[in-house]
Amino acid sequence: MPSSITKVCKQILSELKANDFSQEDAFAVHLALQEAFLNALKHGNKMDAGKQVKIDYVLDSDRIEISMTDEGNGFDPGSIPDPRVGQNLYKTEGRGLLLIRSYMDVVRFSERGNCVHMVRYKEKPQVGQKQV
Amino acid sequence: MQFQVFLEAIMAKIKPRISVRYAEKATIATLTDEKILEENDIRALQESIMSVVEQAERINLILDFQNVRFLSSAVLGLLIRVSKKVYERDGQLRLCNINPKIHEIFKITRLTKVFDIYPDIESATEGLPEAD
Repeated sequence: MPSSITKVCKQILSELKANDFSQEDAFAVHLALQEAFLNALKHGNKMDAGKQVKIDYVLDSDRIEISMTDEGNGFDPGSIPDPRVGQNLYKTEGRGLLLIRSYMDVVRFSERGNCVHMVRYKEKPQVGQKQV
Repeated sequence: MQFQVFLEAIMAKIKPRISVRYAEKATIATLTDEKILEENDIRALQESIMSVVEQAERINLILDFQNVRFLSSAVLGLLIRVSKKVYERDGQLRLCNINPKIHEIFKITRLTKVFDIYPDIESATEGLPEAD
């Protein structure tokens, strides 16, 4: 259920606050969690209630790393059309991955494409070091 | 000032997710929730807004985001659906009072090209054609 992410978000956001991450960091992580979770449910697990989404996270003083794994067949992130161009602008879906990439400093997918690994740094890496 | 002609007396909270008031040339729907995330909430919000759109033959609709502090890409999809409905009926849709963090989401997704966004209700009301 989508609401099951709420508890995880609450926990992570409270830990971010306790570790002096900014409100911008909290907003970014919250958005990335929501978008990744919805993608995992809809596109990964195809809304199959019998399938699970696994969320692991590590919070350090300078970064948060989150991995989210669904039980789907995976996908090729390169195959997702850019929602910012042409008629895609008027589509009602397809913006989640763009937002995740925009708000997290590192976004990597497993080879199968059913696990996304995301990192947000408290202080940003120097220009040119950002990995997307 | 058009604000002064708002018919506050008929301000009606028609469904849980929006409060609606009627100005001379526009219907102003204020989103009441601070966070818009859950699928059920988004569905309820869409039903509320669509029912307002359907009440008029041709509507000038202003969506007021003054209370909204967080939303996901699913809400952007909802807004696209609403805009299609409004424009199908020859109406106008304007968004206003979007806080900077939410506005960033519109900029990243380039939906600033799709939606007419105004700083406040007053500016959003200016220059609207007569509604039916």
